Amino acid sequence: MKLRKSEMAAIGSGRGTMDSQNQVQSDTVDRLKLLYPNVNEEETPLPRAWSTKDKFSYIGLSQNNLRVHYKGHGKTHRDAASVRATHPIPAACGLYYFEVRIVSKGRDGYMGIGLSAHGVNMNRLPGWDKHSYGYHGDDGHSFCSSGTGQPYGPTFTTGDVIGCGVNLVDNTCFYTKNGHHLGIAFRGLPPNLYPTVGLQTPGEVVDTNFGQQPFVFDIEDMLKELRARTRVAIDEFPLPDEQGQWQQVLHRMVSTYLVHHGYCSTAQAFSRATGQPIDEDIASIKNRQRVSKLVLAGRVGEAVETTRRLWPGLLERDPDLLFLLKCRQFVEMVNGTDCEASEDGANGVATSVISHTGRPHKRSNGVAADAAEEGGGRDVDMAPAANGDHEDEALPLVKGMPGVTASVAALLPDRFEADASSQRASVERMLAFGRELYAMSQKLSQDLYHKSMLEDAFSLLAYSNPWDSPVGWQLEPVRREAVCDALNSAILESQGMQWSSPVEACVSHARSLLRRMSRAALGACAFADLSALLAR
Amino acid sequence: MQQFTVFMDIESSRSYIDELYSSDAVKVMEALVTLKNSVIGSNRQKSSVISQGVVPRLLQLMSEESLDPNIRLEATITIGSLAKGTPENIESLIEKGTATALVEMLKTVPLGSKLAEAALCALRSIFSHKPAPVDALPADMRLLTRLTQIAREDSQEARTSVIRVLAVWCSGTVEQEALTCAGACSAAAAMLVVPPRSVPSPSRLVPALELLAAMCFKNPNVAQVALNTRHGDKSIPELLMCLVSRDKPLVVALKAAKCLTFLQRAGALPADDSRIVFGALPCLARLCTKENTEDIRASAAEVLAYLTEVDTSLQRLAAISNHLMSSLADIVNCQSAAAKQGAFKCFASLGANDEDIRKMIIETHGLMVHVVNGLNNPDPCVSLAAVRCLHSLSRSVQQLRTTFQDHAVWKPLMQLLNDSPGPELLNVGSSTLCNLLLEFSPAKEPMLDQGAVEMLCNLTKMSDPALRLNGIWALMNMAFQAEQKVKQRILCCLGTEQMFRLLGDSDTRVIMKMLGLLRNLLSTRQHIDAIMSEYSSQVMQAVIVVLEGSYPAEVKEQALCILGNIGDGEKSKDLIMANEDVLRKLVDYLAHPESKLQEAALFVAGNLVWRGEAGAAARQQRLADLGVLRALKLLRASHHAAHLHDKVKTALAQFNEFT
Repeated sequence: MKLRKSEMAAIGSGRGTMDSQNQVQSDTVDRLKLLYPNVNEEETPLPRAWSTKDKFSYIGLSQNNLRVHYKGHGKTHRDAASVRATHPIPAACGLYYFEVRIVSKGRDGYMGIGLSAHGVNMNRLPGWDKHSYGYHGDDGHSFCSSGTGQPYGPTFTTGDVIGCGVNLVDNTCFYTKNGHHLGIAFRGLPPNLYPTVGLQTPGEVVDTNFGQQPFVFDIEDMLKELRARTRVAIDEFPLPDEQGQWQQVLHRMVSTYLVHHGYCSTAQAFSRATGQPIDEDIASIKNRQRVSKLVLAGRVGEAVETTRRLWPGLLERDPDLLFLLKCRQFVEMVNGTDCEASEDGANGVATSVISHTGRPHKRSNGVAADAAEEGGGRDVDMAPAANGDHEDEALPLVKGMPGVTASVAALLPDRFEADASSQRASVERMLAFGRELYAMSQKLSQDLYHKSMLEDAFSLLAYSNPWDSPVGWQLEPVRREAVCDALNSAILESQGMQWSSPVEACVSHARSLLRRMSRAALGACAFADLSALLAR
Repeated sequence: MQQFTVFMDIESSRSYIDELYSSDAVKVMEALVTLKNSVIGSNRQKSSVISQGVVPRLLQLMSEESLDPNIRLEATITIGSLAKGTPENIESLIEKGTATALVEMLKTVPLGSKLAEAALCALRSIFSHKPAPVDALPADMRLLTRLTQIAREDSQEARTSVIRVLAVWCSGTVEQEALTCAGACSAAAAMLVVPPRSVPSPSRLVPALELLAAMCFKNPNVAQVALNTRHGDKSIPELLMCLVSRDKPLVVALKAAKCLTFLQRAGALPADDSRIVFGALPCLARLCTKENTEDIRASAAEVLAYLTEVDTSLQRLAAISNHLMSSLADIVNCQSAAAKQGAFKCFASLGANDEDIRKMIIETHGLMVHVVNGLNNPDPCVSLAAVRCLHSLSRSVQQLRTTFQDHAVWKPLMQLLNDSPGPELLNVGSSTLCNLLLEFSPAKEPMLDQGAVEMLCNLTKMSDPALRLNGIWALMNMAFQAEQKVKQRILCCLGTEQMFRLLGDSDTRVIMKMLGLLRNLLSTRQHIDAIMSEYSSQVMQAVIVVLEGSYPAEVKEQALCILGNIGDGEKSKDLIMANEDVLRKLVDYLAHPESKLQEAALFVAGNLVWRGEAGAAARQQRLADLGVLRALKLLRASHHAAHLHDKVKTALAQFNEFT
């Protein structure tokens, strides 16, 4: 492998462009994403405009396909014309809403606003046919799959804003006029309806707001109500007696969670208080805790060594995991957190090879950088783990361990001579480590995944200030958690235990149920806010 | 057996009851604790203890400042427990001066103390009884300031208690103003804040909302203060706006919408304020829907009725909001009187001004049947509300001709009005009658048969000017283009004496309608002559009384119009011609600076000089002699009377022999 700077820069800039585009997109807030957070647009795209294909020929579209005008003769009802939105309303919206502003009522103002299913005749106004629903401006009637309307609301005309809301929990539809709720118009709606407007006489023009702009009607108020209602429904859901032993179930969940993540003392205390048995040897929990702490502190090399010592053969059997760890170790080397302990113990300050470029103070998450700037002789081992959950017990210093870091150091004995040379040496060590890593990646099966992981890691070297670079996210201490979890799970699995804790299994089960609900057109999934329920 | 049990209780409790009166503080304390424990949760024990006459001693122990604070506290808690008993228990506590004693205590007890909290809690229980002993709490500024200070700063329990007491207490302008001066608005505002992500608690919010509503009700000054009172970064209307949202408990949203309504009706918020249009109104319309409980819907309809009582734009908005019409029709169907009353009142408000809305109401399925049933409801509140609803709807000409006739609404209405109705019912009911008696109303005939004339004549004798006005107004409507026998009946029944009394009425509107009645009676030739043959002297006298008296111009105009009508009668003309006094007045009015009086006099003159009728020449001669001709000529020359020139020319043309 040839690690040439130009190559890396190319990779880096490629990624950089992508990231900065994402940045721009999230700056101009996508209001629809905020309105319908549970909709997965890769599976079920939201209606964002009128369809240029799914319309009758008398319909003209302009202004990004948001303005609809009539261009037929408009002599009889046979000249009626409709247009559907690009996509049906996803059930995961929970409550869907769009507004139409009447720009001009044209000759007679025979305008219909509503919903229709795929394939319904477009040479009609919404509401006249099966699976078609509309509210008409000329008489204020609602049309529910029928040529004759029912008295529903007021008439509407030029300047009015008509809103159409679909409640996907109870499958009803309501309308609003100029921000005022007119009451439920239709019940028992079928799934997968498209927003639809229909016009019938010359001069009729309407503008549409699918949610890109603020609505006239306060839809947020209704969303809040539905969220509160769903929450009550969840809270009050009746359970058979044998499953309703909440206290017992919760204690078990808490206890297994604590054990799983190696919160050893807490788990012991909890077990004493609640009488929950702990299924694992305390020493084993402590060992896992020790390794986890090393990873979370960014000291991956030490973690790998400790793992090898305590669970021989584990990493050898799982090259993917080993690669993940090594990759992280490389990142931590850039970060300056994964350096070997100094021989004399006096100069163990964590220093990144690139730290002289000025790591921004505010971003220093690991205390190590601060210590470096203060020039204090603080031992790197004393740096508390980034994750505040951990007990503050100092780990024993593992001296002279034969990890990769140490082997690099061994190759470059002049490391502590002078600053400049030491840094050059560090870079060289890192490059050597990188080469090793690259060789390792070649042997792995999931080539693409590992390759991109490696590219991301190597890209860090392309920037004079990696923390401030587009790939800087890798350096954040929070990224250690996934690695830590993977290692912990592997250890547990090797011991014949579950690789994930029951509480996490429960959460991911709930999450996947919500996805299934969304696919099965059950709108309530939009309001079952899992993280809010857990945060209680 | 029951008797015996009570006796046993008294006997068994005798010992510690006696200890209450001991001078040994330890013994008193022990006795108090025993007493307290025995009464908690048992209404029977409460009644028993009260009947043993312990209350005065408890009040003494509670109020004596020299006593051990713990004794005072226990005594207060015991009183508080007794006050949670039956209504009779509370009544006897009030009789023994408990409310006053508690109020006295609140003047001195240290704020934030357990004792203050216990006293407030007891007072709140007593004030939740109806009628509450409001007199026990004087509108004393120092006291009120102290209480509002508790409402702002004390423990949650004490704050809620004091606010509930004040909400009950605040029942008039004096109380409203006093509380406002004492800073109760800001105290209430502080209670209205719901911290983010916390569940809003009705027990905390409702008393504050009730206090605010009670303070602002029909009081523009207080409403203005409330409008400008802020807590944190929000004003009271903004705080209320947060509380009417859909995720708040219904009772909280209802009370908040009520406060906004009262602020609006007291003039602090305009009718088009977004907090009314997008806050209170949609909230109330939503609370009226079927999903909610009957009492919520009943109250929401009642508040909405008040909100939309006068403003047409709010009526129009409410009419299209959330299917309100069918929601209300459904509330009318509810069992409780409160629900029916609320819905009828709301219909009455909605239909007050707009014909389209009245049409919507009438078209609401089966509503008229319910209105008629409502009129027959034994509960006077319901029948009154139904009459109000009918009154609103009766403003519609179309309804008078169709729906009202179909449902014979006049029957139950007449029955109500004949059945010694209360003043309010009489007022609204007779106003409705007024409308029902308009000429085009088909209900007129059957109502006459039911004794409508007699009833209306009686109304004109009422001391309330509004009722007199309704009575005479209805008679006027009844006489409009009526048959002669109806007119005769009115005249006969009203009597000339009453007619003169009404002409001297203190209320000009009554006089106007009385003269209007005469005009309607004296229309079409045959009727004029027939009536004048019988009542000529009285009618002429009535006209002269008005023309000579110090009445406003529009009243005199009516009198001249009557004269004009008389002048149209074949024989009746002579009655005017024979009265030189009247003719001279006519000349004067032709030259009157008030143009409408000139016009009316011209109308009289025109009828008298009309050619082609028997004796026209003689009348023209007579009128020319008296100066009518000259007056007309002057009128023709006058620039100020340019708009009358056509009529003047027509009149002058009749005099062709003289010109």
